[in-house]
Amino acid sequence: MKALLGLLRKEALHIIRDRRTLTVLLLLPVVQVIIFGYAIRTDVDNVRLAIVDPAPDFMTLRLRNRFTAAGRFRTVAVLRNERELDSLFQKGTAQGAILFEPRFAERLGRGTTAHLMIITDATEPNTGTIIQNDIASVIQQFERELGARSGALQIVPRVRLRFNPTAESKNLFVPGLMAFVLTMISSLMTAITITREKETGTMETLLVSPLRPWQIIVGKVAPYVIIGFVGVVGVLIEAGLIFKVPIQGSLLLLLGEGLIYILVSLSIGVLISSRTSSQRVAMMAALLGTMLPTMMLSGFIFPVDSMPVVLRWVSNIVPAKWFVIIARGIMLKGIGLTYLWQETLILLGMSLVLLVLSTRSFSERLE
Amino acid sequence: MRRMVFLARAEVLHIVRDRTTMAQILVVPVLQLLVLVNAATFVVRNTAVAIVDYDHTATSRGLINRVAASGNFRIDERSLSMEQANEKLLDGAVTMVVTIPRDFEKSLVRTGVAPVQLILNAEKGSAAGIVSSYMVSILGNYSRELGAELHPRKRIVQSLRSDVPPQRGEPRIDVRRRGWYNASLNYKHYMVPGVLVALVTLIGTLLSAQNIAREKELGTLEQLNVTPITRAQFIAAKLLPLWVLGLVDLTIGLVVGKLVFDIPMRGSLLLLFAVAAIYLVVALAVGLLISTIVETQQQAMFVTFFIMTAYLLLSGLFTPIDSMAPWVQVVSRINPVRWFITISRAILVKGAGLTELAVPFATLLGFAAVTLTIAVLRYRKTTE
Repeated sequence: MKALLGLLRKEALHIIRDRRTLTVLLLLPVVQVIIFGYAIRTDVDNVRLAIVDPAPDFMTLRLRNRFTAAGRFRTVAVLRNERELDSLFQKGTAQGAILFEPRFAERLGRGTTAHLMIITDATEPNTGTIIQNDIASVIQQFERELGARSGALQIVPRVRLRFNPTAESKNLFVPGLMAFVLTMISSLMTAITITREKETGTMETLLVSPLRPWQIIVGKVAPYVIIGFVGVVGVLIEAGLIFKVPIQGSLLLLLGEGLIYILVSLSIGVLISSRTSSQRVAMMAALLGTMLPTMMLSGFIFPVDSMPVVLRWVSNIVPAKWFVIIARGIMLKGIGLTYLWQETLILLGMSLVLLVLSTRSFSERLE
Repeated sequence: MRRMVFLARAEVLHIVRDRTTMAQILVVPVLQLLVLVNAATFVVRNTAVAIVDYDHTATSRGLINRVAASGNFRIDERSLSMEQANEKLLDGAVTMVVTIPRDFEKSLVRTGVAPVQLILNAEKGSAAGIVSSYMVSILGNYSRELGAELHPRKRIVQSLRSDVPPQRGEPRIDVRRRGWYNASLNYKHYMVPGVLVALVTLIGTLLSAQNIAREKELGTLEQLNVTPITRAQFIAAKLLPLWVLGLVDLTIGLVVGKLVFDIPMRGSLLLLFAVAAIYLVVALAVGLLISTIVETQQQAMFVTFFIMTAYLLLSGLFTPIDSMAPWVQVVSRINPVRWFITISRAILVKGAGLTELAVPFATLLGFAAVTLTIAVLRYRKTTE
């Protein structure tokens, strides 16, 4: 036990002395909360609009004013013909355009159909679609008012957003960010720190010492568990203070699930380190094997439902996916184990299997 | 000059001989391209929907059929109670619950107005916005269709006499929609040009930072420092092979993009490579800068990783710059990745030329000059 304490102390000193790495480890989560909160958004607002109005009349002007009044649009150009439109889109000056036909008012006045075209920059398909629908809804509203007397039918959608009433992206990323921070610190750092001992040859010294294999692992890993936990609590506090991200469910359950997730990530880290012999390979393996899947395949940023079948299947073996589901459930929906027991069991199962695998492959090296 | 060539040759040999580096250069980019492009998608399709129909009339069934036929939704359950639907929402089995109230049809016929409730699982973020906008447009079309059915006479009269003014019928605005540059709304065409930039950045910055940090760690940098090679020669010899590699990677990426994802290439590839050549100078110089502030490879890796994450997240690679908070949009102007991604998308997808891209192009040139100067000045041939 005394030997273990000694090792722990040595590890702690190592970490504290390497200022640059420690700074990155502690700063990264803090900076990422800010980046994700302010930058990773998909809300479409303040749309830059170009208007092509070959023959302005009172109706086109009225409709154009509607767009100004709607508040969500900003007219950046009013053109006579559509020739310049292409270059406006290519420069990114305009995101959407409305093309009126000549004699717009006259046609509407006669009670016939007036034509209009909406063009959007659909390079990013979702933004393109949302802008199209936004423009169309302003026009529909306008049309409805014109035809109010004739009693056109109207189905009024009443939209209600559950679990994230303001539909703000910032409430969504915190659970994913927790998984990200934990993976980085637990898997990546563990893998690197153990392979470093191997690379520098000091692992041999540790192995011939009276320390048991599990003690070596615990000694190497425990400081990172603490840093990981500090990081997660920091993320939660910062998100709560700056972005007012709520925790609807039980904080205790959330931290408990976090602990299971840490176990899983640590085991992966140990597993990687036992299979590799140089820091560079360990870093690559940890980056590609844990960080990338956690970012891309966990549903953290991109919805898993939209991925191709193969990736959806692969995502099932990414522990972060399950943790993100659990954390979102607890934080946003306020649900408990009654709904989340399956995901929790999967995480527990993963941690068991990985723990056994990693301790086994670690002690195998002893012989 | 000869010194430089020798050192550059040594670098090339190092890179070619080292399996890990070669894998990093040749295999990883292709893998990343395949995974990132397939995974990084905000496409919304096959959204699971539960429908609670309290009306049970032809009109409500018609609406349900429109939803099913739209292709954007998968109807999970047609006749649920509100409690069951709520359960499904909590469970995560459905993303949206559409509730059609009692007397939906009656109220529509009598007053011309009827409500429909959409409850969205906003836990899925951006998906909720898209889903609701799809649904709203389905409702709009359906109410138009119903209007036409309910007033068939008026329509026929109108169409027969459309040449006879001034018949005060319903003024109608016929709206047509076009999504330019990406008419098929293929998300991959948007992602590939961005991911290519990410790959080039990763190779340029990570490799140059790692490469010099490694020499530092191994102590071979000191040996180089005592040779007569000048600072500029040393840097040029170190960075030139990596610069070429970056361009090779871009080529590999473009080929994979064309073959696997069939991305459009509307603009001039020559222009794209010219921009990449300038951009790589920025990426490499940043890597060099990193290597001057770190001591070990591990630190180099971490600092690069830290910078790359911020770079990529603030570049508009995943989410549009226009959606970011205003002050972030300002900050992102000093992010070189942002400019190259803008250019890459504009050239490949929109077919833009140099005239349209003058501003981002000039910005990149400025970045190249500034970062390279700083990196060279900061680099010292001495060790403390």
